[in-house]
Amino acid sequence: MFSWFANPLRFMRLSNWLAPLCYALAVLLIGWGLWQGLWMVPKDDYQGGDIMRVMFIHVPAAWLAMASYMAMAVMSFIWFIWRHEVADIAAKSIAPLGAVWTAICLATGSIWGKPTWGTWWQWDDARMMSVLFMFFLFLGYMALRASMDTRQKAARAGAILAMVGAINVPLIKFSVDLFTSLHQDSSVLTADGPKMAAVYLWPLLASGLGHTLLFAGLTQTLMRAEIWDRRTAQANAKLMAEG
Amino acid sequence: MRPAPILSAFRQALGEAWAGGAGALLPLGFFAGAAVLVPLGIGTDPQTLRAVGPGILWVALALSSLVTLERIFQADTEDGALDLWLQTGAPASAIAGAKTFAHWLAAGLPLALLSPLLALMFQAEASTDLLRNAALYALGGLAFYFWGGVGAALSATVRRGGLLISLIALPLYVPTAIFGALSMTHGPGSESAPLFLAASTLFALAVAPFAMAAALRLAAD
Repeated sequence: MFSWFANPLRFMRLSNWLAPLCYALAVLLIGWGLWQGLWMVPKDDYQGGDIMRVMFIHVPAAWLAMASYMAMAVMSFIWFIWRHEVADIAAKSIAPLGAVWTAICLATGSIWGKPTWGTWWQWDDARMMSVLFMFFLFLGYMALRASMDTRQKAARAGAILAMVGAINVPLIKFSVDLFTSLHQDSSVLTADGPKMAAVYLWPLLASGLGHTLLFAGLTQTLMRAEIWDRRTAQANAKLMAEG
Repeated sequence: MRPAPILSAFRQALGEAWAGGAGALLPLGFFAGAAVLVPLGIGTDPQTLRAVGPGILWVALALSSLVTLERIFQADTEDGALDLWLQTGAPASAIAGAKTFAHWLAAGLPLALLSPLLALMFQAEASTDLLRNAALYALGGLAFYFWGGVGAALSATVRRGGLLISLIALPLYVPTAIFGALSMTHGPGSESAPLFLAASTLFALAVAPFAMAAALRLAAD
């Protein structure tokens, strides 16, 4: 199955229509989610009044922060084992986007935390810390790739680091879990179904799916740019060789 | 598996750590210097110092491990020693593990042995707790050295790799730092924290050599 996707030509044909489709659906879903979240749903005074509306960005960003790191690690793994170039291009493209969504998660969390918990930042909050370290993992990954002198070396070093990071994520998560958390417990994914009122749940799910699609669309665009970049380099080299 | 290349890597790393001016005293100087800066920075109130002392020593230990690890594999890629070791057929993970362990022995363990003295300067009560803490510093330091070694191996071919090592290793140091600091408090969870610290060190010992090996094979290409 990986090999089917490993063909750059097939990827270019697929992403040519899939990326715009992702963008269109993302605009619709995020738009509907934000409209519902910012104007339609009643505010929840227990969560700080109107400020709780930031949830419709904060929670999707947190999901994306975790999912994108795992996606990067899986892509690195696929590249490391099967050496499919498209997987490496995907991992490389996911990193800056993942860092941005992680930063959005941290920023919106701070903005939400100040009026409700009275603090921008709490050092012993488990989830803040694990997202912060995820952010550093992304930065380290990008810095390492940037400092390698060839594309192949960047891919190998990045893949090793992403995989080492991925097996450490559960341990980091477990260690910071010893801290108490200001965060409420998960209220969407629980054993007996969502505990959240449906009026909040649907816009949140729409927003989450929208962010995921936006992420997928942007990843494909970055991957396409990288593939064009490589083709250009190849064409240039050919021109040079022919004189 | 022939042990000769592994032993030679171990001996070479020990020599490397001892050579060069002040030898093993250099990391000690860095460790003490970093720790002594703290009272100057945050004030000399004995109550505060007693509270932050163990944590400061963890930070100083992490920093000095990063500083000493910067050149651990870089010199070997430059003078070709790495290529020779990889050609002997000895497992690269064993060579990397032996080198890192030697550096911990020469630079990390002395820091742990010095820690009771620094703890006293941070107004800790003189008791057997200081010796117990020294053992915990030694244990946690081992994890720092192995994760830092992964960063060092990945940036072995990078000039000015020291800054990169810090950025790469920082998230990997987290569990050790948390369990380590927790094991020196008397709050909830401090009873089992030394066991978790030991577990995180064992995890580093089990995983890091293979990551270092993959990174070294990359550096040798």
